[in-house]
Amino acid sequence: MTGLSFVFSLVGFGVLAPVIGCLLAGIDRKLTARLQGRVGPPLLQPWYDVRKLIVKQSAQVNSYQAFYVCMSLVLAVLAGAFFFAGGNFLLVVFVLTLSTLFFIIAAYSTRSPYAELGAEREIAQVMSYEPMVILISIAFYFALRTFDTGVVFSLDRPLILSLPLVFVGLLFILTIKLRKSPFDLSYSHHAHQELVKGITTEMSGRTLAMVEVMHWYESILFLGWVGLFLVWGSWFALIPAIIGISAVYFLEVFIDNNFARVKWQSMLKWSWVVTLVCCSLNIVLLYWLG
Amino acid sequence: MSATAKSPWIIHYDASSCNGCDIEVLACLTPLYDVERFGIINTGNPKHADIFLVTGSVNERNGSVLQQIYSQMPEPKVVIACGVCACTGGIFRECYNTLGGIDKAIPVDVYAPGCAVRPEAIIDAVVVGLGVLEQKRVSLASGTLEEASLPSRLTAADKMVADQTVRASALAETIG
Ligand code: SF4
Repeated sequence: MTGLSFVFSLVGFGVLAPVIGCLLAGIDRKLTARLQGRVGPPLLQPWYDVRKLIVKQSAQVNSYQAFYVCMSLVLAVLAGAFFFAGGNFLLVVFVLTLSTLFFIIAAYSTRSPYAELGAEREIAQVMSYEPMVILISIAFYFALRTFDTGVVFSLDRPLILSLPLVFVGLLFILTIKLRKSPFDLSYSHHAHQELVKGITTEMSGRTLAMVEVMHWYESILFLGWVGLFLVWGSWFALIPAIIGISAVYFLEVFIDNNFARVKWQSMLKWSWVVTLVCCSLNIVLLYWLG
Repeated sequence: MSATAKSPWIIHYDASSCNGCDIEVLACLTPLYDVERFGIINTGNPKHADIFLVTGSVNERNGSVLQQIYSQMPEPKVVIACGVCACTGGIFRECYNTLGGIDKAIPVDVYAPGCAVRPEAIIDAVVVGLGVLEQKRVSLASGTLEEASLPSRLTAADKMVADQTVRASALAETIG
């Protein structure tokens, strides 16, 4: 990753990711409505929501919550920029974790019981997916002998062929990262839940708008992770990659609509089981096949 | 139409409804009526909400709760009284502990009558409320929106005295 490619990626990701992320969120809501036999909101509904939130009166519980959420957003954008510039995957993972930590601190800073419970559940989510994310990086290194994501464009066959089980594990934690049922414990985009609005309970107006925009950035970044497994060193690779990413996104929406939320204990147990089985088997396989 | 009117998020509070109106409010959210067409989402969180749907009448205990929720909602916000109980007190009006409609505790923008109020009436009321929401957004932007002052004294005793005066004068009129 050179300085110039980073700047390009920062601008490109910074501008394009919210646009595509917003459209994806709109498609998600439309699809969800259709799956439930409804007409659903307009495609640009997430954009209207955010614009409305921006003009709302600002009512902050304390003066630093907005700052924490802002830091969280900035770090998510940085992580995406590192990723799409072909940078170090471990760096992306750590910056993204830092972003989540700021988000958790923002919720804790309000001292609201609902927000605190939401924050605790968010920590449980981090505990569930983080081992998988770290093992993805390790498997990535085993397969390619580098942590640089840019090398996937010089491969002669996609990564999914050497890391099929790791890909399955990634799909599993993607449900947590995209905040989809059954793992949307800390807050969900659907109508209200037992924790009011969980981690975002005390956020309103612009702060909440930042959370929404951050979710768009994150969605694009995680779909980028899916794409990492599907591309190889040819322009033709973009077609299967885009088809694959769309299929994965549709699968996530489908899962979201067909499962009820689970308890955090089950989430933790199952994601660790899937992580251990998928990643260790795949890494052992890589060793054997040399 | 601005984004504010395209994305009204609602919060529903059951003041002291018989649950008839609550069921109708929830019916609005079912696929049959599909209020998400208008961008409406039931948030259950006053800090995220733009429209406050209240069912049932106000009594001495829930008046302050109603005011709490109302004051936690950031401007621009709209209050809709769903059902005759919320509008005027309805069949509970004469109860010893009932103050009357919810406008005894918080300012109401739209009244949706009916016992129970029909989902169509609720959706209509929300759509009317969107106009009010839009006006409030404009005055918030120009800095002319005034904070509503909420009545601090919420007791049914005042209403009983007032009711008795009305009754006494009615009686006096009948007797002549
Ligand atoms: S208006 Fe009728 S249905 Fe609604 S709360 Fe009052 S009594 Fe119940």
